[in-house]
Amino acid sequence: MSAVMITRKATRKWEKLPGKNTFCCDGRVMMARQKGVFYLTLFLIVGTCSLFFAFECPYLAVHLSPAIPVFAVLLFVFVIAMLLRTSFSDPGVLPRALPEEANFIEMEIEAANGNVLAGQRPPPRIRNVQINNQIVKLKYCYTCKIFRPPRASHCSICDNCVDRFDHHCPWVGNCVGKRNYRYFYLFTLSLSLLTIYIFAFNIVHVVLRSVDSGFVNTLKETPGTVLEVLVCFFTIWSVVGLTGFHTYLISLNQTPMRTSPSTLGMDMSTSPFSFGPFRLKSTSGIEIFGPEIDGS
Amino acid sequence: MATEFHNLQELRHSASLATKVFIQRDYSDGTICKFQTKFPAELDSRIERSLFEETVKTLNCCYAEAEKIGGQSYLEGCLACATAYIVFLCMETRYEKILKKISMYIQEQNEKIYAPRGLLLTDPIERGMRVIEISIFEDSGSTSSSSTGSPSSGTAQ
Repeated sequence: MSAVMITRKATRKWEKLPGKNTFCCDGRVMMARQKGVFYLTLFLIVGTCSLFFAFECPYLAVHLSPAIPVFAVLLFVFVIAMLLRTSFSDPGVLPRALPEEANFIEMEIEAANGNVLAGQRPPPRIRNVQINNQIVKLKYCYTCKIFRPPRASHCSICDNCVDRFDHHCPWVGNCVGKRNYRYFYLFTLSLSLLTIYIFAFNIVHVVLRSVDSGFVNTLKETPGTVLEVLVCFFTIWSVVGLTGFHTYLISLNQTPMRTSPSTLGMDMSTSPFSFGPFRLKSTSGIEIFGPEIDGS
Repeated sequence: MATEFHNLQELRHSASLATKVFIQRDYSDGTICKFQTKFPAELDSRIERSLFEETVKTLNCCYAEAEKIGGQSYLEGCLACATAYIVFLCMETRYEKILKKISMYIQEQNEKIYAPRGLLLTDPIERGMRVIEISIFEDSGSTSSSSTGSPSSGTAQ
């Protein structure tokens, strides 16, 4: 028996994962199946920045300061790094229950519910736990066969339960959950800064050049500017708004998904997940700068 | 004695899996990683209550320490953010270091305490930090009287 085990190649965990994810680079890269919108995001960012470096930067470096393109490059590298980190990393997928654990949970549920008469619907599978002196209902996931921990949710696109599930972002091509939320937030924040930066310097560039050569001539000399301004204008409206929304969520230590209706009517200060008003400042930093915890 | 297992390899090859017990998370102190210290009934004849409780309490302490937010973790986070998280290619986070320590502790506990009693602890990280899985093995070569024999071999150690 041991000889057979030596010749068989060890299967990696990601090869056995039942969800609808795609893996690359020997399991180092984990994404959702639909990647089209992610490629569009990448194309828009790289394309707009290339136009900026090609058309605006030479003029601005000479006429204003060489620090402008340098800072733009740094910001661009940071945005791409955050985008790739968000897209390629594991959002915090909870492993499905192995058969023994699933049976154990089934037996517990049956013991709790008692005998159900034939023809009657069984009661919903809910487990009550007490968190910080409040009762929170944990829901049962029929696909993963587990009681979801607090603030976990099931993503139907990726077919996985994700811990502290925020949303499935098609722009990033992955779910946003506990393990990659900080990268997602830093991506939206840095992208907002980059977009505002490019937009502002486009305007500055057009104004400066128009003083010399006139407005129409400027547009003829640097056609890329028009395209950049269009992309940046629409991006600012969406991305800056999203960043603001997530900043608000982080300051309150909430996620947009509320898995149990019992939390909806709760006052923010008495939510079981809040640390109280005195520690709000520390919790907002924890999301981004705190330790990277938890595995999957 | 035939019922004594001297290492984990012997345990896996000569015993058959009887059942598994799952120690659930304890959420009474919030969402930090903490496991219930309630002693499961299935382990009643297998292991002393104090040994089991000590293992779970040590694990809880380790996880609490790992999730603690102090100066070092903030510095790590800020440095990582400033380098676009590229620094994690070279460096291991404090949390990962403690997880490794926990892994070694579980292995040591398995070798010293649990395997001789026909039990095996699974690292909670393998189950997404949801449960501590304890596998209970029955000695496949012997009759059912071996399970009553094991407490005496356990206390003799």
